[in-house]
Amino acid sequence: MIKQQSIEKQETAQLGFWIYLMTDMMMFAALFATFWVLREGVNGGPSGSDLFDPHYALVETIILLTSSVTVGLSNLALQFGRVKQSFRLLAVTILLGVGFLSMELVEFIRMAGDSHGPSTSAFLSGFFTLVGTHGFHILVGLIWATVLICLLRQRHNNVNFVRKFGLFTLFWHFLDLVWIFIFSVVYLIGGLA
Amino acid sequence: MNDRKYRLAIKRYIVGGIGALGWTLVAYGLAVSGLVQDKPQLIFYILVAAMLQLIVQIFYFLHISDESKPRWRQTSFLFTILMVLVIVIGSIWIMINMNYNMGMSGEDMNTYMIEQNKKGF
Repeated sequence: MIKQQSIEKQETAQLGFWIYLMTDMMMFAALFATFWVLREGVNGGPSGSDLFDPHYALVETIILLTSSVTVGLSNLALQFGRVKQSFRLLAVTILLGVGFLSMELVEFIRMAGDSHGPSTSAFLSGFFTLVGTHGFHILVGLIWATVLICLLRQRHNNVNFVRKFGLFTLFWHFLDLVWIFIFSVVYLIGGLA
Repeated sequence: MNDRKYRLAIKRYIVGGIGALGWTLVAYGLAVSGLVQDKPQLIFYILVAAMLQLIVQIFYFLHISDESKPRWRQTSFLFTILMVLVIVIGSIWIMINMNYNMGMSGEDMNTYMIEQNKKGF
């Protein structure tokens, strides 16, 4: 009975964060719609097939997907009291996240360096807004993960800490979910000749 | 008992990860290989692969199916999906019609804009 109550309490506490994720999803939907509508407005500049390299995006996708699995496993390890394992898996997640974000930044800087920045065309404005917003979420997630990994050793017995760790896991899975659609719509479909 | 539960939960994540990776590779293969020549059809298949991966991740990573009643998460999720479809399909629909009503296709609009741009407005 007590266990049942505590599960219900946890789910109620998670619901608030879940609702935030849902509103975030609607925001991303608006950005996707903007990108799609403006994708042909290249203003004489480069189009998606000139700019996007599907191989590069595939590597990014695999990195983020792997980090999504490791963060889930880290959360599981914490729930089953294996702190060391949880710590290691979270560290791997952070490293993969940093790798992903660096790849994205390298791509952005290269594009801006070739004078294909966001002000070139409506298409590129849409691209930078959509992918940049996702990248910003990843950055926030990385800061959050860094805070968690610093506190993990001292607070792993604290119920509230474990719950918040679960929320971070949810956040990170959600970012991977959004990325699937960025990969498919922007890089694969947008990259078609 | 605890150990077995833990291993089962790990297995679930690994299976989900492999499933997600599989759909990623399918979408990538479709886009790169040139197996499907017809572009609208290719776009459709890539979107289907993305949707299937979405379903895999929702069940294996977000665990949406093990929620106890009253299932607010599932309800809000379904509502959000509805909203997302309204936003995306609605925007595309309206913008296509706008180009049509202005008597220009996307490409004509493009050339017109470029010409205007050359004049410096």
